[in-house]
Amino acid sequence: MSEDVKTVKTTTWSAGPGCHGGCGVIAHIKDGKLIKIEGDPEHPMNRGRLCSRCLAVKQFIYHPDRLRKPLKRVGERGENKWKEIGWDEAFDLIEKKFGDIRDHYGAESVVFSMGTGRDVGAWICMLAYAFGSPNVSFALSGNACYTPRIVASEIVLGDYCIFDGGQWLPKGHDDPRYRVPECIVIWGYNIPASCPDNIFGHWAVDLMKKGAKLITIDPRLTWFASRSDKWLQLRPGTDGALAMGFLNIIIQEGLYDRAFVEKWTNASHLIREDTGKLLRESDVIEGGSKDNFLVWDTGRNGPVIWDVSRVEYRQPDVKPALEGQFTVTLKDGSKIKATTVWEVFRRETAQYPVDKVAKITWLKEDDIIEAARLYARSKPATIQWGLAIDSTPAITPTASAIAALWCITGNLDVPGGNVIARYAYNAVAYALPGAKGVIKLASKDIDEKRIGYQKFGPFRKFIWRSQTDSVMEQIFSGEPYPVKGMWLQCCNLIGGTGYETRKWIEALKKLDFVVVVDLFMTPTAQMADVVLPATSFLEKDSLRSWWVPLQSINKVITVDDCKSDIEINFELAKRFNPNLPWKNIYELFDDILKPSGMTYRELQEKGWSIPPEGNPSAPYLRYEKGLLRQDGKPGFNTNSGKVELYSTLREEWHLEPLPHYEEPPFTPVSRPDLFEKYPLILSTGRRSPVYFLSEHRNIPWLREIDPDPVVEIHPDTALELGIGNGEWVWVENWLGRCKLKAKVAPIVPRWMVMAAHGWWFPEKPGAEPSLYGLWESNINQLMPMGVYGKDGLGTPTKHLLCRVYKADGSSGEVDQKDR
Amino acid sequence: MMKKKPEYGLLIDYEYCTGCYACQVACAQEHNWPAGMGGIRVMEIVENLPKDKAYLKFLPVPTELCVLCAARTSKGLKPACVQTCMAACMKYGKIEDLAKEITKSHMVLWAPRA
Repeated sequence: MSEDVKTVKTTTWSAGPGCHGGCGVIAHIKDGKLIKIEGDPEHPMNRGRLCSRCLAVKQFIYHPDRLRKPLKRVGERGENKWKEIGWDEAFDLIEKKFGDIRDHYGAESVVFSMGTGRDVGAWICMLAYAFGSPNVSFALSGNACYTPRIVASEIVLGDYCIFDGGQWLPKGHDDPRYRVPECIVIWGYNIPASCPDNIFGHWAVDLMKKGAKLITIDPRLTWFASRSDKWLQLRPGTDGALAMGFLNIIIQEGLYDRAFVEKWTNASHLIREDTGKLLRESDVIEGGSKDNFLVWDTGRNGPVIWDVSRVEYRQPDVKPALEGQFTVTLKDGSKIKATTVWEVFRRETAQYPVDKVAKITWLKEDDIIEAARLYARSKPATIQWGLAIDSTPAITPTASAIAALWCITGNLDVPGGNVIARYAYNAVAYALPGAKGVIKLASKDIDEKRIGYQKFGPFRKFIWRSQTDSVMEQIFSGEPYPVKGMWLQCCNLIGGTGYETRKWIEALKKLDFVVVVDLFMTPTAQMADVVLPATSFLEKDSLRSWWVPLQSINKVITVDDCKSDIEINFELAKRFNPNLPWKNIYELFDDILKPSGMTYRELQEKGWSIPPEGNPSAPYLRYEKGLLRQDGKPGFNTNSGKVELYSTLREEWHLEPLPHYEEPPFTPVSRPDLFEKYPLILSTGRRSPVYFLSEHRNIPWLREIDPDPVVEIHPDTALELGIGNGEWVWVENWLGRCKLKAKVAPIVPRWMVMAAHGWWFPEKPGAEPSLYGLWESNINQLMPMGVYGKDGLGTPTKHLLCRVYKADGSSGEVDQKDR
Repeated sequence: MMKKKPEYGLLIDYEYCTGCYACQVACAQEHNWPAGMGGIRVMEIVENLPKDKAYLKFLPVPTELCVLCAARTSKGLKPACVQTCMAACMKYGKIEDLAKEITKSHMVLWAPRA
């Protein structure tokens, strides 16, 4: 290494690799330019390893098409005619235009839209809240990415849980406190290099080398599937039935941790047989609290109160019944029959005998039974669940069933199990569902105007975002108030996240003012009035607080006139709220970091920090130690203080309180009429090793690896359709069609095709009608808006229907009885 | 004419190669290869097996351009591909030493150059 090259350490996030970040890197700088990047061998996340997207970041940062100056639209939206302007002019214009909307309609009439998990999640809230709008939107239908799984886990046990790869321990999975899971369930998740949500995907590979067995639940032949002890190639959208089937087997065969179920779940809480709802103190005692529950004490042979304010029984030495039918006297003297939550939970799971589950999921009974037993008998065992879980309308009952699995098998917050995930030191920047930090709205009244707040329970209780489909509806309806402006940051709505693409373009064109913040022109940016050039992660000081470790992102280089997302947002936030509590971004960082005891500068010097054992944000067994609740008592952050196998929240929201399966819309079972015409299951969203969603198509080292938008088709299906490998085909359904390149291989089952997503062609003309060749191959044209679950969450990304035919026009028929 | 006997090689445990392509891009970055070529290229292999089964495998193959990162190894650094491998399934060393480490199946020892 020559003397004029300096090396600087920092943390990955975006823009650049596009992922959810966290890896430690060493950047080699010469004359102010990045010449090379590599993984930091000392960093606990990646230990010197680094993925293809990060290694190609030089081509990203110095790409000739990178935006370097703010742009103002001249001509019509979509004409691709722009004038370069200075930052002050850009900020003045945005302040004026959004200010006008605020004056005439209210701040809530501007929606601030983001994409996948980036540091902007914190800063876009800062801007929106300073402006006075509660409407921060995540641009995907049904908010169906990560949020629903977090919400379901919080509904069940008050916190989110993830696969324990040793990430909270300084020595990782080599730490003496860690235990290698005997079994890892890979449920709708895939590497390579797909590292979402603060997981380093290859920890699973490290653990395989140490003997962990795999169960893979995935209709595709993934790398994991090939190496699994059990591979369940299930029909997409039926994960809920499989989870209920697993619960049924585990309960029937006694493979659950009965002591845990009795002590730490609400299994013993009584349910009224007349209403089917929880029995409450207010039902049996005049003046009693509706928040307290009852259990049947077998010792006293009578009901006793579970007092949630004290997180204990009112009487000592209670022996709660898990099973049985009891007669309880209500406060008016009448008698009712009551049973336990465990009984009704078992009644529900008993509706899923293995033959029925096999029929629903298209799996073999033996495979289901063996997988359930392998999981339940492995100690510890962990479940790594992916985006496929969110990608169905009935996501909450599905994910609740999966969460129940790790709870009743004794794998909750144990080494090598599913650990409770909290922000390191409770330093919250990007506030995921359930979390609250220093960035907040001025008052709760403003939040009540948030789109989706009134209608959907989870959006009041946990989620700080608008409900996406409702945002689109409201743009067209203007009810209960008009939407007049949009700010899209790190968000390729047109072609990336937005389904029913044409409808979203129509929606954007209705708005008075649209601002896009990005590093490249995209189809979305073509709809903007102002485009602001943002920076990559190497060009900014920022903060990464997402589970663990707590890390700084350190500015290493500068590129032209680009500003980081936080700098852009801070400037505008100050303009919209002169009383912003922070003088500069470093004061904001310090404020966020207060619970850690570190200033931002101190964190920068350390690089990263893992909270020590004993801190509530570090595992294990925190529910026993009183580290989960505000009051410091043992138990969980739920209404009852217990893991809720029967959900008090869902009872409150008038939704089914028990996990269960719902046949999704647009399946061969729910829509045999559509299936006649569209005889293949259309799944989309599979990960590429070199792209993150709709990014990186313009990066040469990456584009050459995955050059074309691909649809995976089974060889037998392709043969029947007369399609050869590498041939361009139409994939079509009732909403639209697009042209993809056939990849003929047995990596998908005969009855399904997997279409790559997020495709547009940066090398094609940007102006309408082309929009970078968007209409040619973008699968979102086939995906419906407005198909979400009863609680506003979920969308059928993984299980629509389609037909496939050669792009020369001839069509074939698939013999359906061969599936 | 006697060909020179190769001294150093790459040992790959391809049971664990996940097809992340990091090695391929690391080599391109290290040696500034234009897109389309480089010192190591990853192959995706879908194997048909009896009883309607299949197996997905990836295999990195050093090419004519592989120089075994001589500039790095002379300073005691690992070749760029080996260092960055996400699955930590690659090793560089003397061929006779690496050969002794073939203690399981699904490993391949490449001798990219003499």
